Amino acid sequence: MEPISTIEGEVAFLDRSDVDTDQIIPKQFLKRVERTGYGEFLFYDWMRDGEIELEPHPILVSGRNFGSGSSREHAVWALHQFGFQAVIAPSFSDIFYSNSTKNGFLPIVLPEEECRAIATAGAAKIDLESQTVSWDGGEASFDIDREIKRRLLGGLDDIALTLQSEDEIEAFEAGPGGTYGPVTTAL
Amino acid sequence: MPKTMFEKIWEAHEVKENLIYIDLHLVHEVTSPQAFEGLRMSGRKLRRPDKTVATADHNVPTDGTPTAALIKDALSRKQVETLEKNAADFGVPVYSLGSETQGIVHVIGPELGLTQPGMTIVCGDSHTSTHGAFGALAFGIGTSEVEHVMATQTLVQNKPKTMRINYSGTLGEGVTSKDLILATIGKLGTSGMTGYVVEYAGEAIEALTMEQRMTICNMTIEGGGKAGMIAPDETTFEYMRGKPGVPADFDAAVERWRDLPTDEGATFDTEVEIDATAISPMVTWGTTPGMVIQVTDTVPDPEKMDSPADREAAERALQYMGLEAGTPMEEIRPERVFIGSCTNSRISDLREAAGAIKGRKVADSVRAMVVPGSALVKAQAEEEGLDRIFEEAGFEWRGAGCSMCLGMNPDILIEGERCASTSNRNFEGRQGKGGRTHLVSPTMATAAAIEGHFVDIRNWS
Ligand code: SF4
Repeated sequence: MEPISTIEGEVAFLDRSDVDTDQIIPKQFLKRVERTGYGEFLFYDWMRDGEIELEPHPILVSGRNFGSGSSREHAVWALHQFGFQAVIAPSFSDIFYSNSTKNGFLPIVLPEEECRAIATAGAAKIDLESQTVSWDGGEASFDIDREIKRRLLGGLDDIALTLQSEDEIEAFEAGPGGTYGPVTTAL
Repeated sequence: MPKTMFEKIWEAHEVKENLIYIDLHLVHEVTSPQAFEGLRMSGRKLRRPDKTVATADHNVPTDGTPTAALIKDALSRKQVETLEKNAADFGVPVYSLGSETQGIVHVIGPELGLTQPGMTIVCGDSHTSTHGAFGALAFGIGTSEVEHVMATQTLVQNKPKTMRINYSGTLGEGVTSKDLILATIGKLGTSGMTGYVVEYAGEAIEALTMEQRMTICNMTIEGGGKAGMIAPDETTFEYMRGKPGVPADFDAAVERWRDLPTDEGATFDTEVEIDATAISPMVTWGTTPGMVIQVTDTVPDPEKMDSPADREAAERALQYMGLEAGTPMEEIRPERVFIGSCTNSRISDLREAAGAIKGRKVADSVRAMVVPGSALVKAQAEEEGLDRIFEEAGFEWRGAGCSMCLGMNPDILIEGERCASTSNRNFEGRQGKGGRTHLVSPTMATAAAIEGHFVDIRNWS
């Protein structure tokens, strides 16, 4: 995962709420077994019909409940591979938010008014360290979990970090916690 | 200190702060290939194959194709074959196309007794919330997290907030658990539960069967919730007894599970009260599950909505759905009917749907199909003769899988087609590009198939 510090540039605006992951990357593109090659299919149905136009600017701004629906991480891959590095919206679905942070793609929650102001300004600068977004005529700070921020700033690999706790995982498995649930291989 | 059921399960699974242990990892063909590939590239093992199980469901054709090698669509075939190969390489049991226990991942977990109270369960699929109906903490994850669970059997998680929804009274005649959850989402909105683990409680919930409870927990994600849960009780234990995966000493396990329900006096971050007696049969009119009304209502008028965002979304939804404000829902005429999906494809759903037919025929204007949730459900239904009831009425009887819930296989809507569907998502294009989906219960779908338009099941004989 590439580390993130600042993201600066023009803003693309998708003025819709409840943008679901079925729209972001329709199902026909989920049959691939690779992690790459999704960018060109971003918002396939909407783009192909000319219903929306989006430029691959660094920042995307959209409406509330962005990324709702299916857990498909392909949605994040598609946005990222299309060229976006961050998405700003009044709210996100939990899974989409989490998926984004695992891919070095920065989701930022800001109130609707500020989202609109950024879209109107047409360009912005995001500073992850100071947790601020600034644009011509305004600035806003955003919240982010401290641990998620640390991982994004460092471009850290979640799995490698967790494996540093190998001893604790083993200890947990040796205790009562290791006995919950079925043995799938015994069925 | 009194604790919620969620807190008890969370605490029992904390390896350390913000790292929780996963008891069961369910895997399917669409969200796993990149995770398996990630393991290979980093030279990592799949830590606990004995806590992992895979099935092919999203892509599989439902026309009786017997094995992966015979799937006609080359990309689907590759994905299912990749699943089989990955499972073999990493030692994971797999129920692929042709297996007698293949099926939708959220149908087979409970039916094989793999889903048990008190467990943590994850899957690269947002409807993993279904399993919470057994008093488990179950939620969907993305592919990076799938790989993380494969490699470590744990997940990095911040503790979510808790919500309890209390339903007073019981559901009226003809009103189902599907209507209950649709009405709940209609009330709270599609992000009303975002950030929360939701416990469904109260008299109306206690009165439900396990399969009805699964329908409710299943659609938690449509309300934005992370996980849905229902306290395990006698209904739960009786449903599980005798299933293959349950603990050998079942009675001892039941005694442990009795400690799981939320303690008297435990507090939730949010509590919501809903009067179950006031819930009617519901139908969605728009393109999110929150755009839902009673079947006796008329299509809402965007002009009358308060917020500009709602108005705009409603206008676009009506245009997409080809509907006019003010039209009675009962006048809307679907051309397709789909009974299936992890929301409503279990044996009791099929029994209810078949039971509503009563010798009548599907309307000439309608093409209707029934897709059982699993190969076992299909076999059971056929043993009971439900397949013949459906076929004699003019329904197509298909093989098990996700099918037209998301249209990754050949079962899709064509542009402009309108469908009464027992699934969970009415997003634009979900069932096929330009397709128009109305979410309903299995009996409402059956009635719509027969009459050719939506009807209030309570007045339909
Ligand atoms: S039936 Fe539909 S919602 Fe359920 S797992 Fe399959 S595709 Fe997802």
